[in-house]
Amino acid sequence: MKDIGDFLLWCVFPYVALGSFIFGTIIRFTWFRSTITAKSSELLEKKNLMIGSILFHVGIILVFFGHVVGVLIPKSFTDWLGIPNEIYHIGALVMGGLAGFLALAGMLILSFRRFNDDRVFKTSSFSDLVVDLSFLIVIVLGLAASLGDGIFFHPEFNYRLNLSVWARQLFYFRPDFHLMQQVPLTFKFHVVCGLLIFGFFPYTRLVHALTLPWQYLFRSPEVYRRKPRI
Amino acid sequence: MKVKAQISMVLNLDKCIGCHTCSVTCKQTWTNRPGAEYMWFNNVETRPGVGYPKKWEDESHYKGGWKLNRKGKLELRAGSKLNKVSLAKIFYNPDMPNMDDYYEPWTYDYQTLFGKESKHQPVARAKSQITGKYMKLNNGPNWDDDLAGSDRSFGEDPNMQNIEADIKGNFEKTFMMYLPRLCEHCLNAACVASCPSGAMYKRDEDGIVLVDQERCRGWRFCMTGCPYKKVYFNWKTNKAEKCTFCYPRIEEGLPTVCSETCVGRIRYIGVILYDADRVQEACEEPDDTKLYEAQLGLFLDPNDPEVIEQALADGVDMETIKCAQRSPIYKMAVEQKIAFPLHPEYRTMPMVWYVPPLSPIMNYFEGKNSIKYPELIFPAIEEMRIPVEYLANLLAGGNTEVIKNALYKLAMMRLYMRAKTSGKDFDTEKLDRVDLTEESATSLYRLLAIAKYDDRFVIPKAKKEKIEHVEDDQGGLGYEECNGCALAPAHGSMLRKAKAGMSSKDIYAESFYGGIWRD
Repeated sequence: MKDIGDFLLWCVFPYVALGSFIFGTIIRFTWFRSTITAKSSELLEKKNLMIGSILFHVGIILVFFGHVVGVLIPKSFTDWLGIPNEIYHIGALVMGGLAGFLALAGMLILSFRRFNDDRVFKTSSFSDLVVDLSFLIVIVLGLAASLGDGIFFHPEFNYRLNLSVWARQLFYFRPDFHLMQQVPLTFKFHVVCGLLIFGFFPYTRLVHALTLPWQYLFRSPEVYRRKPRI
Repeated sequence: MKVKAQISMVLNLDKCIGCHTCSVTCKQTWTNRPGAEYMWFNNVETRPGVGYPKKWEDESHYKGGWKLNRKGKLELRAGSKLNKVSLAKIFYNPDMPNMDDYYEPWTYDYQTLFGKESKHQPVARAKSQITGKYMKLNNGPNWDDDLAGSDRSFGEDPNMQNIEADIKGNFEKTFMMYLPRLCEHCLNAACVASCPSGAMYKRDEDGIVLVDQERCRGWRFCMTGCPYKKVYFNWKTNKAEKCTFCYPRIEEGLPTVCSETCVGRIRYIGVILYDADRVQEACEEPDDTKLYEAQLGLFLDPNDPEVIEQALADGVDMETIKCAQRSPIYKMAVEQKIAFPLHPEYRTMPMVWYVPPLSPIMNYFEGKNSIKYPELIFPAIEEMRIPVEYLANLLAGGNTEVIKNALYKLAMMRLYMRAKTSGKDFDTEKLDRVDLTEESATSLYRLLAIAKYDDRFVIPKAKKEKIEHVEDDQGGLGYEECNGCALAPAHGSMLRKAKAGMSSKDIYAESFYGGIWRD
């Protein structure tokens, strides 16, 4: 009976979040295409945005790819390459930590800007504020988990043996919540918070990350349009 | 040769009195809604001055327009495509003006005027339309109108850089002119080339540059790309907006609102045919002072049978060609060469042109102590109050020669007409020196001074019936609620009232006051 909570949290909730992500993305791109934008507020405030936005975006992109590598590449693969566990961990901690701190510094500046600058705050929607705070929380949790637990409290814990395995299991629909029961609390919070962000991702300004103007690279500079004659 | 038609405008600065009627009527029509308060699709600047947004002409700061790269090829000054998609600029656009470069829109706290009686006279303080807080006003639209704060205006105007220092500071020699500005609807629009989403486009049939609100993703590169800073960012809808050249009116053969309401009748609208194949070549002219002539070279003679044949083959309809033949733009810009593009050195091939102002010089000839000999017009123009160099920096990429020729022509036309109407002798050989004949001088006088409505506006209709099913679309757009429309929510409330059973007579009485919409 006590496992029901864990089952719901690690075997049902992830699919609800990812399902919401896919559903929302389809809806947004089909019927609300014209609303897909990052909602720039650069017109209203420029200086803090420059530092904050660049730091955050560079940081979060590195962090994203770090997660992809950390979760998707199984331990057996790096063992086969002959990379010792200690080296892998130090590398992951240093690079992940650096990227995480970049993102955190950027997010702190952006949050300060969003809540402190009158023009930006007054033109923010509720969802803008939620997005802002949830990113702040998830980054702090992520850093606390990987640095705090990884170095000081649970140095013996290796997420590649349980958390990553569980995450990969999600993709072939056989998640084992027992794996997640071995994971320290900060990691759990970080995962839940991250999944929540994925859940509301397509309904907020975050949706801008899903699109790139790739056609710009190939099109001619001047664009002409003509209504077809009848 | 690929013939395209372009709707364009000429403004006769000689007659502009800086009354801002164009700006106000434009604002009432297009930008009178939340998020767009600070936008002026049309604005009138006092020159010399910092302009709107502040120092928009300083392209070393804003990086607008085009430049030639090392190979002599055209490239956006803000950076090539790759440069733009590269990381840093996607996340933060370094060259974009911010709200303080325009001004923070405000209203007044009128409610305080209706409070209880108090000992002191109540004051309606300024309140920001963005934050709703009281604000201290230190910048606003036309803050430097009529040379208010002229030391700043003179010092910060980039066109003043090549002008001798003594004119700048010397109050006796100070000068002033008005420059109404709107989107230039360029042939080689830098905003269109800057837009990563492909939301900005030139209409193939008339060359009007528009922003597709459905496709705009709020990248803001158009704002940087436009050297005239005539694309604005709506902070409420997070999309770019710009002058539409009042295309719904143009399609019906009517002039734009700014032109229609201009009390000085300074604006002319017409269609001009140009060779689209040679635009790039013309833009790549290495010499800034020759760009004006390079652009002139693009325009085609609408009476040339070869041009007409090619135009029809390229999909230009006969009515447009007929209008091009009577076009006041073609007459002033190409035939008489008295109109000039604003800052051709930005290499965008702008299509709103200006007749340089002459008024300050005419005191020599028409005022109290006027001189007797018309020949003196040539040296006099050199000593004109507005330095020719200033006009050349503004209108011809620094080419003083072409500006002088236009001013000679305008002055000579006036002298001729003055002699004619006052019954004095005039040696018509003098007209030859400025490429005028008695006939052309008279017709130019009619166009510039009498400026009849039908002479000023020669606009072909869009023939919508050939493009869309007009009957199907009838009633398809109108009263529904839409974000960003000023009146739609109010119209929506009218519909709700009607549904609730209110009679249309009562709704009318409640919503309109003496036939005027009450918002």
